[in-house]
Amino acid sequence: MKPPAFDYAAPGSLDEALALLAAKRDGAKLLAGGQSFVPALNFRLARPELIIDLNRVPGLAGIRRDGDGGLLIGAMTRARAIERSEVVARSNPLLHSAIPWIAHVPIRNRGTIGGSLAHADPAAELPAIALACDAILVATGILGKRDIAARDFFLGVFTTALRAGEILTEIRFPAWPPNRRHGFAEFARRHGDFAIVGVAATIDVAADGAVGDARIVVFGAGDTPRRAREAEAALAGSHPDTGALQRAAALAANHVDPPSDHHASAEYRRELAGTLTRRVLEQALAPRARAA
Amino acid sequence: MSARHRIVLTVNGQRVERDVEARMTLADFLRESLDLTGTHLGCEHGACGACTVQLDGNSVRSCLIFAVQADGARVTTVEGLAVKGTLSVLQRSFQQHHALQCGFCTPGMLTTAQAMLAENPDPSAEEVRRAISGNLCRCTGYLPVVAAILDAAAQLRSEAA
Ligand SMILES: Cc1cc2nc3c(=O)[nH]c(=O)nc-3n(C[C@H](O)[C@H](O)[C@H](O)COP(=O)(O)OP(=O)(O)OC[C@H]3O[C@@H](n4cnc5c(N)ncnc54)[C@H](O)[C@@H]3O)c2cc1C
Ligand code: FES
Ligand code: FES
Repeated sequence: MKPPAFDYAAPGSLDEALALLAAKRDGAKLLAGGQSFVPALNFRLARPELIIDLNRVPGLAGIRRDGDGGLLIGAMTRARAIERSEVVARSNPLLHSAIPWIAHVPIRNRGTIGGSLAHADPAAELPAIALACDAILVATGILGKRDIAARDFFLGVFTTALRAGEILTEIRFPAWPPNRRHGFAEFARRHGDFAIVGVAATIDVAADGAVGDARIVVFGAGDTPRRAREAEAALAGSHPDTGALQRAAALAANHVDPPSDHHASAEYRRELAGTLTRRVLEQALAPRARAA
Repeated sequence: MSARHRIVLTVNGQRVERDVEARMTLADFLRESLDLTGTHLGCEHGACGACTVQLDGNSVRSCLIFAVQADGARVTTVEGLAVKGTLSVLQRSFQQHHALQCGFCTPGMLTTAQAMLAENPDPSAEEVRRAISGNLCRCTGYLPVVAAILDAAAQLRSEAA
């Protein structure tokens, strides 16, 4: 339960970090909050030659609004900073409400948004939120930056579209329309554990109560978080009643192809996907004082 | 491989300067290099909370940080919670409420709860439960721990008033 020996560098600039990464290629690993990577080292599931610690690179942490009312969050921003940010609470209530579900305070004090997205655990909250919000993930390499849409980023269990030599540097969340409602729910055996299944949803509601754009993302029920497109389509344009929410929930449950493991069977996860979808849709569409 | 790194940090108010191997966790550094064995190691993968210390005032898992990363930081361990040799209000409250039996989880409970109270001096019972949700205790059943933290919070508020 002790990490293997490795070389360690704590570069003081992004350029230096990129140069180190380029020089070592496969032998180097980035260290962000360490809340997933250090356990892997302690178990000796990872044996990198060189660890490049991003914690001393200036400019990678911080939360700002962009000119269009969206949010720009640096990859090294700690989960706890996002949780406590007034700007996030106001400009992306879905992100704000999902963060407390991640682990526990001491882990959120270290774990970063970039680390969670790059790690791509299928049961993690932030990848699901990034997908539901159409976030753009900015990857920086020695040759420059490229934008990767969240829907193209998560390729499989612990697998992303980041290329060798790239560092995830920033996440852009598009502006949150004033008529957007949201819901979030997950089930785990104990608070703070990874979700067995979770669901995040946003619903844009027109003045006459009709559903415009609906997003339903199910996570923990497959290799990556996935949008339940049939369920979304069933809701779009409707004035949903209880029956319609139930039908959407059934479509979401049918859509997932969950694994069986020691936490839960596939059938149980499928059932949960349906139940949680119904709950988040009810949350999103519940009358609320703020929306009046 | 295994080059040593010079680190300078403040541990419980004292300046400490040492050479460490990069792979040494902060927990092992505290326990083995500084003999501060109050910080306990249960799981070494972030799950039990026994190793929790404060890094620049924030509760963190010392099994998931390398000592080299704490260069320049201020670290507080359970040994640093007493005030001039007398137990802190929170520590006394743990004693009074029998919030420990074997004591394995206690250092992590105390460092976590103290950091929480610094941010939120008037927590609800639910907030206290959430705050210690990452600290496993195999003895107390948690109820006395929650009671001790709530009582300490009340005492600290009346002291401050
Ligand atoms: C007990 C426990 C419970 C947890 N529960 C949850 C939970 O309920 N939900 C949840 O989502 N997470 C949970 N986590 C994981 C935690 O949220 C991690 O912090 C997070 O998944 C990874 O973020 P990090 O900053 O710690 O990354 P690290 O652990 O430092 O890195 C993770 C991986 O991402 C790579 N990486 C990191 N940053 C970048 C970057 N900027 N660019 C490219 N690659 C990068 C690293 O090389 C590494 O491969 C838990 C962790 C623990 C220990
Ligand atoms: S020893 Fe660090 S959390 Fe268990
Ligand atoms: S007192 Fe024994 S583990 Fe908590």
